[in-house]
Amino acid sequence: MSTLTLIQAVNDGLKTAMRGDERVLVLGEDVGPKGGVFLATEGLTSEFGPERCFDTPLSEDGIIGTAIGMAVNGLRPVAEIQFQDFIFPAFDQIVSEAAKLRYRSGGQYTAPMVIRTPYGGGIRGGLYHSQSGEAYFAHTPGLKVVIPSTPHDAKGLLLASIADPDPVLFLEPKALYRSVKGEVPEGDYRVDLSTLRTVRPGKDVTVFCYGAMVPVCERAAQQAAEQGIDCLVVDLRTLTPLDEEGVLEAAKATGRVVTVHEAPRFCGYGAEISALIAENVIEYMEAPIRRVTGFDTPFPNTLEHHYMPDERRVLDAIESVARF
Amino acid sequence: MSSALQILAEDGRLVGPEPDLGAEELIALFGHMLRVRCLDERMLKLQRAGRIGFVGTATGLEASLIGTASALQPEDWLWSGLREGGAAVMRGLPLSEYVAQMYCNANDTAKGRQMCNHFQHKASHYPSWSSVIGTQLPHAVGAAFASRNRGEKVVHAAYCGDGATSSNGFHSALNFAGVWKVPVVFVVVDNGWAISVSSKAQTAATSFAAKAQAYGFEGRDIDGNDVLACRAAMDEATRQARSGGGPTLLVLRTYRMLGHSSSDDPSKYRDAGEVEAWAARDPIQRFETWLVQQGLLTPDARRQREEEIRAEIDAVIHEQEAAPPMALRTLVEDVYEQVPRHLRAQFNAFLRVAEERGDAQPGDGAFPL
Repeated sequence: MSTLTLIQAVNDGLKTAMRGDERVLVLGEDVGPKGGVFLATEGLTSEFGPERCFDTPLSEDGIIGTAIGMAVNGLRPVAEIQFQDFIFPAFDQIVSEAAKLRYRSGGQYTAPMVIRTPYGGGIRGGLYHSQSGEAYFAHTPGLKVVIPSTPHDAKGLLLASIADPDPVLFLEPKALYRSVKGEVPEGDYRVDLSTLRTVRPGKDVTVFCYGAMVPVCERAAQQAAEQGIDCLVVDLRTLTPLDEEGVLEAAKATGRVVTVHEAPRFCGYGAEISALIAENVIEYMEAPIRRVTGFDTPFPNTLEHHYMPDERRVLDAIESVARF
Repeated sequence: MSSALQILAEDGRLVGPEPDLGAEELIALFGHMLRVRCLDERMLKLQRAGRIGFVGTATGLEASLIGTASALQPEDWLWSGLREGGAAVMRGLPLSEYVAQMYCNANDTAKGRQMCNHFQHKASHYPSWSSVIGTQLPHAVGAAFASRNRGEKVVHAAYCGDGATSSNGFHSALNFAGVWKVPVVFVVVDNGWAISVSSKAQTAATSFAAKAQAYGFEGRDIDGNDVLACRAAMDEATRQARSGGGPTLLVLRTYRMLGHSSSDDPSKYRDAGEVEAWAARDPIQRFETWLVQQGLLTPDARRQREEEIRAEIDAVIHEQEAAPPMALRTLVEDVYEQVPRHLRAQFNAFLRVAEERGDAQPGDGAFPL
């Protein structure tokens, strides 16, 4: 067990996977000797050589397209897209190819691969280094969408994703890369995909969140506790396929629900959680479901701290559903 | 066409080097070309009779497909677009699977998930492909990387049409292949038309082959209606790829004699004169003339062989007409390796309705939740 930041846990996860399975390789922009712009791949080229961790030409479409071919032909590629904002040239390859290959071939061909990419705001990156595009991908059958929020989960979910037989989009909350530290086991361990994590038990209000919103919601829950509101905070961890039973149980436990994400509200992931609860357990609900989200605008720069939900906005929502 | 490699002139005279192929191999090539033509005829008939929905023909392209794909070894891969199905049959795709896929029936290895004319055959390394243009090209490059990574001497042939040369995938694939120097041969079947857009409207370059230079490897123009030229060029390109010499771009200049598909009327956008001019360059006729001149074929051999092929195809059609209905469970299977709970629940809810309507098939029980 060692104490690592989230980015160190990602790095440890990559090294663990590459040591354990020679089919695993890492490709992307600047992932080689530089070790990636956030240093997620630091030390990989020197340990595993340039055939297993290497820089590609600057083309997201090419990175994902070639990674699919590698996966079809027996390798286990882990492709890095430098910022999730730059993934859209590869959207076609992800959505039309990787996600649909198993289905369209009747199970004859598969693309077991991981696409790692930093997402979300909080680093003053403006429109194109800050976005949260999870809903685009969660809407794509055949793709798994995974988002860790702790160093322990970052490594365990990454190892599970690399071992998974289906393509996984692994979204890393860059705001947490160095701002959270935690205990991380040595060697190989896996956190099961499609299982949520109870961050904090509670009986009054359930808060669903993921990624960089998890510590925000934890802080909001602590403040709510000071007012006597006991919050159950749930880190979803895998957005697709979702742990639906876990979500419904957590919603029923309090009857009052808040969903939180950085991404825009309209057709955002919170809408799916709200609809799932409304369709299945509305009779348990004591209050309208509230969504705390980014605005339905592009991501700003100077005012990003107002765009991103903070503990005050989350607390407002908690209070409003608690008092309804 | 003067700059394109040619071995058989349009009138069937040998104008290049003698082919390095035995008599049996030459006659087999001719048979494979005939099968492509006969499959198109039969599939179009089925489409017009309303038995299948869509056909993307290769009539006129037989030399380009068979000439190049015949140079591949069994362990090599063929990454396909719309019109390479006949090449796949030559390499091992059983006719029964070909026809089942055209019917999209329960015998289809892809479980009827793709529209007609989207073949696959794992045993002969012919991967499933999507209808999106050019996306298969980077896959071939990545797969070639994987083959080389394991030290295999395997070549990946990446096929596309003239329209695909404008796609993102074409650029990414050629660029990555050049940088990585992987064992790939890019085969552009320039059939003159991307649906209704002339290949001349796809680029201001003098030739699609010229593009290879920008990616750091050789591009060659080939007479795509000359099966011997296609074969010779592919032999050389695969030898180079197999020995570590990196990729080649081959551009086969040929002509799509029929519409883009069975749903297309090409008379709306191209001149009858152009079609007639290309009809006079028919690749099968050209090869036949030479084979007869060489004494390798008798003048009536083609008719006999066509009758045999048609009988073979008709027998397979007869079998596939009797395919069982598709299990409804295939709606939710193969999205992921395991059917996740939400899909099991969606299917179970649907199954109640399907059972009421009498649509459920054997094996279509509810999933455990």
